[in-house]
Amino acid sequence: MMWIILGVLAVLVIFVWSTYNKLIRLKNRIQNSWAQINVELKRRYDLIPNLVNAVKGYMKYEKETLEAVIQARNTCISSSSVASQGKAENVLTGALRQLFAVAEKYPDLKSNENLMKMQEELTNTENRIAFSRQFYNDIVLKFNEEIMLFPRNIVASIFGFKKQDYFEVEIEKVSNAPKVDLNFEA
Amino acid sequence: MIYDQIEKNKRNSVILIIVMSLFSMAVCYFVGVYFFDKGIIGLLIGFGIAIVSAISSYFAGDKIILKSVRAKKATQDNYQVLNDVVVEMAIASGLDKPEVYIIQDSSPNAFATGRDPEHSSIAVTDGLLRRLNRAELQGVIAHEMSHIQNRDILFVTTVSIMVGAVVIVSSIYRTSLWFGGYNRRRSNDSGGSLMAMIGLLLIIFAPLASKVIQMAISRQREYLADSNAALLTRNPKALADALKKISSTHVKSKIQNTAVNPLFISEPFSSVNVKDLFSTHPPIEKRIKKLEAMAYTKGDLMKGVASAN
Repeated sequence: MMWIILGVLAVLVIFVWSTYNKLIRLKNRIQNSWAQINVELKRRYDLIPNLVNAVKGYMKYEKETLEAVIQARNTCISSSSVASQGKAENVLTGALRQLFAVAEKYPDLKSNENLMKMQEELTNTENRIAFSRQFYNDIVLKFNEEIMLFPRNIVASIFGFKKQDYFEVEIEKVSNAPKVDLNFEA
Repeated sequence: MIYDQIEKNKRNSVILIIVMSLFSMAVCYFVGVYFFDKGIIGLLIGFGIAIVSAISSYFAGDKIILKSVRAKKATQDNYQVLNDVVVEMAIASGLDKPEVYIIQDSSPNAFATGRDPEHSSIAVTDGLLRRLNRAELQGVIAHEMSHIQNRDILFVTTVSIMVGAVVIVSSIYRTSLWFGGYNRRRSNDSGGSLMAMIGLLLIIFAPLASKVIQMAISRQREYLADSNAALLTRNPKALADALKKISSTHVKSKIQNTAVNPLFISEPFSSVNVKDLFSTHPPIEKRIKKLEAMAYTKGDLMKGVASAN
């Protein structure tokens, strides 16, 4: 009888132990991938001045398009609330698309190797952002599943693990991105 | 849908590897019984062979393979898109970026190697880069990234080491027949003659049977990598399109090394007739069909995960 009780206790301890470690590990991965998203967002902010510099010589008559891109980028960086940054990110994506659509009109520009490289770089950056978000959301999904499903939910509630939010719900501000000063007369 | 497939594939692989282990153990055991009158000795020999080959392939396997297909490092400057796509898929799978190699070969193909995600490489042929667009390339790289993520290289190597051990042990036995081992066994054979017969048959057919199981495992891992790739890119159709392009290209590959066969995205030397039991890869049409089925149920696939994007 004694041994049975000890055995059951041992199983319980092992279960709680492994569950706790698993949840902590997942939580750390969530934090890490959150940081990754911000790295990618910052990468895009840094890329835009280079892009604009590369094309502005060719696109003298498209000042508006270029200004829209810069404007959207600066709004992103300076936005303070979650919702406004989400909106600003969408505006920026749209402005960049517009820029590349306009670039199609300039044969010189279209065949410009620099621009082609830049375009690939931007595609890459957009994809990096999308995939790091996807990865983040996947882990959050996994974590939330773990802490909600029986019997792990008991352990999770004992240690106070809380459901994590998906990316769209919570956007952190990326700060310290460099400011761009555009001089079109150059 | 996509999660179901991944679960099912994992389960099948586990079943197969259990069957494989039991089978190799049985063969080694019977060889021990026949040869030394003690099953345990056979098991020990099998174990010894497995350990030696495991250690050597664990530490040098990837270098040897990359060398044997003359793979060169793909630099960021010369192969921008390829490197970019690899980074994207590394981010999507949450792993470090593997080393990227290029093989000068006009047939379209790709493979991944390395013992674990921290020591991994992806190699693609020149022909693949020239034929696929960005999305399709992404699908292929996602497939290779899935092999890395699932530790398939280790998995496939483990299985082939088991097969190797079975082949060696059973050939030890067959050689011993010529030196009278069989007679010795016969003299004290009483009662268990049915068991003896089964054991004998097992040993004779062991190399063939273990090969069949090995190929079945390999095909299972290919399906798993396909569905996992769909999960990484959320674009199963692009991989299906890539596979279509790959299968419709009839350029003879210069890669002449069957040892690296299971690693490639499509088999370099599969002939149409020997497709079933001895193939390392499932028929490409079947893979395309499965991927397209995933694309049609995309609404379902996106549920929970991508919808949160």
